[in-house]
Amino acid sequence: MTPDLRGFELDGSPGGNGEAHDPVSAVLDVLGQSFGVATEHNAPGSGPRQHTWLDTFDWRLNRAGLVLEYEHTRRGGRLLLSQDSTLQAEQPVARWPASRPRLAGDLPAGPVRDQIVKLASPRALLPMAAAAGTVSITRLLNADGKTVARLIVDRSTVTRGDQAVRLPPRLTIAEVRGYPGPARKAARLLAETPGVSAIQHSAFLEALHALGRHPNDYSGGVTADITADMPASVAVATLLLGLLDTLEQNVDGTLRDIDIEFLHDLRVAVRRTRSAIKLLGDVLPDGLAASYAAEFKWLGDLTTPTRDLDVHLLGFDAMAAHLVAASPADLEPFRAFLTRRRAREVRRLSAGLRSARFRAITDHWRKALLEVRDAGRPPKRRVTAEDLALARTARVFRRVTAQGSAITADSAPESLHNLRKRCKELRYALEFFAPLHDPVSYRKVLGDLKQLQDCLGEFQDSQVQREEIHVLADAMLAERAAPAATLLAMGEITANLALSQTEARAEFAERFTRFAGPAGQQRFRALLTRPAK
Amino acid sequence: MKIYATYNIKGGVGKTTAAVNLAYLSAADGYRTLLWDLDPQGAASFLFRIKPRVKGGGKALIRGTKALDDAIKGTDFGNLDLLPADFTYRNMDLILGGVDKSTADKKPTRKIAQLLRPLAAEYDHVFLDCPPSISLVSENVMHAADVLLVPLIPTTLSVRTLDQLSEFVAAFHGRKPEVRAFFSMVDRRKRLHQEITEKLLAERSGVAATPIPALSLIERMSVERAPVTAFAPRSQAARAFRALWAELDSDDEKPETRAGARVIA
Repeated sequence: MTPDLRGFELDGSPGGNGEAHDPVSAVLDVLGQSFGVATEHNAPGSGPRQHTWLDTFDWRLNRAGLVLEYEHTRRGGRLLLSQDSTLQAEQPVARWPASRPRLAGDLPAGPVRDQIVKLASPRALLPMAAAAGTVSITRLLNADGKTVARLIVDRSTVTRGDQAVRLPPRLTIAEVRGYPGPARKAARLLAETPGVSAIQHSAFLEALHALGRHPNDYSGGVTADITADMPASVAVATLLLGLLDTLEQNVDGTLRDIDIEFLHDLRVAVRRTRSAIKLLGDVLPDGLAASYAAEFKWLGDLTTPTRDLDVHLLGFDAMAAHLVAASPADLEPFRAFLTRRRAREVRRLSAGLRSARFRAITDHWRKALLEVRDAGRPPKRRVTAEDLALARTARVFRRVTAQGSAITADSAPESLHNLRKRCKELRYALEFFAPLHDPVSYRKVLGDLKQLQDCLGEFQDSQVQREEIHVLADAMLAERAAPAATLLAMGEITANLALSQTEARAEFAERFTRFAGPAGQQRFRALLTRPAK
Repeated sequence: MKIYATYNIKGGVGKTTAAVNLAYLSAADGYRTLLWDLDPQGAASFLFRIKPRVKGGGKALIRGTKALDDAIKGTDFGNLDLLPADFTYRNMDLILGGVDKSTADKKPTRKIAQLLRPLAAEYDHVFLDCPPSISLVSENVMHAADVLLVPLIPTTLSVRTLDQLSEFVAAFHGRKPEVRAFFSMVDRRKRLHQEITEKLLAERSGVAATPIPALSLIERMSVERAPVTAFAPRSQAARAFRALWAELDSDDEKPETRAGARVIA
């Protein structure tokens, strides 16, 4: 029952005679020379229609090649999930608040949810573009008056906020089953009509373009556009401006508490900024970086309590599922406590992000960085971005190998925690200068480093979480919000965390050797070696 | 997939009219519907303005050299497709009976059921419009159908025919279609029509309460070349077919959404 669809769009007034007339009627004139034409009133699929295209803030669906659309017609609403313009799944949804964010995990059960929930969670689905319009259907008839194809005309206006842009009408020839010839002929006639061209982009892309947006216009990664022979100060300022953009892009979502990833990305941007200041800040004009180090530390500390609670809540169900002696239900008072405490911390965080201090940091920092980037002053001693990248990355790598090699089975946990910090610095140094490295060598080094970081992360996070659970248990007791069964269940969780920490500790030596042993050193040298000039 | 077949040994009793209108109403309700015009006269195909021709003829379909799927044509209406008639269907008994060695089959009475099976994923309802006769074709249709829709003109002879048909079906081994009769071409001015209608409804189960009246508007279908339920949806004739369809469909689960919407999705 699925017909073949051929799509076109109108770019203005076909016929080219310059007279003002409805371009669609000109198309009908052309088709009318070969077919009978009859408007199909109240045909299924015709009439008013509203589309809202949804994705996460960081375009997770788009990156996976998926397009999610909420369509509202006379018959109600439904979610449509497609890939390469082919419908993959659909599900009816009632009362979908399409204009507001909604957590992917809160989608009603159905085939669309099944396909996207893992990919999108824990993010919310946001309206990326919305269009409203009407669909009209015209039947194309043969000499017997039989419908042999249909012309579907979709007229839409795109809206986002206050903007409204009318899209060119989209025309589709739909084949009637068993009549491929007439559909081909109608498509050929359309293709030959002046002002009609084949559809280049999906309706979603057209809608985004009309709004001056493009998919993937946000990424939580480091996206600074730096080149090898750029002056080092300009490269670092560019890099820091990119991080400041990311930070600021996540403020609104954090304040509105849309999903927990806004705060996560904001924190990462702060951490990267702090690392960049520490590793590279000396190439900026005197004292600039040092004067902001304390301010970004304040900002990082401001976000920590909420994020820690987010991590507890995010992994809550998985933690509860691992309980052996206790029942998951025993933990519910703990979840309720975490949720209450989080609400309190979010208020503190919001106050901080709305404070004059925060605005002063971001505004002044941007102004100072722009001055450096756009100054055009020749540096006293010309150091290029590549010089800086090679020297500093090598320096951090040496620190990592030195600290890691000194760790033995008897070393205190702090030594692993410190190594984790160095590894983060190295990771950021690599990411900052990624455009200057050979992609293959880069991927190899980064892959090994990630493995090591995962191990160190597991080790430290388990310890930190255990310590936090102790603190939270005390707080629950103080608030008389801790039934004995809950405390026992929390105890079992800390035991499981201790187990995870021990396992991570046992894996450390192997992961470190893989990263920093002779083969790892060789891979690193390959990354940082440049042909002699 | 539920298969309905309109069948009567006699011609001119309203089989095609019923098949065309009930198939249309099924599609309008959102069921993906296929109507197979098995009558070589091709009246149902004509009513949908579709040429009564199948490439390779009935033999190609029964042999399987042309997939049923490839011969199907879309009608003017959403969710409603038609497998057209072909003049070679007049020899369908011979083809099914395997006079030609290449089409010989161990179960010649089950061939149409076999051919329809692959369409189960694509259609919710299939309507078979059968030629009038007792033949291998009609026996095939009875084995394929879930519901045998028997139009009855309220006469004594028609009632006798229904009895014969019911006995014939009852003698089937295994799966048997449900026999549902309905009164067709009923003229309320005729006392005999009224008497037989009332008597049969009182005495028999399996007879639909809704009669289809004899109306000139139904005859106009051949002029309009469309179901009366489509071109005159508020007419008495259309109301009668809708009531009959509501009776037949009352046990079935309604589709959630009209599949027609997918045509332009």
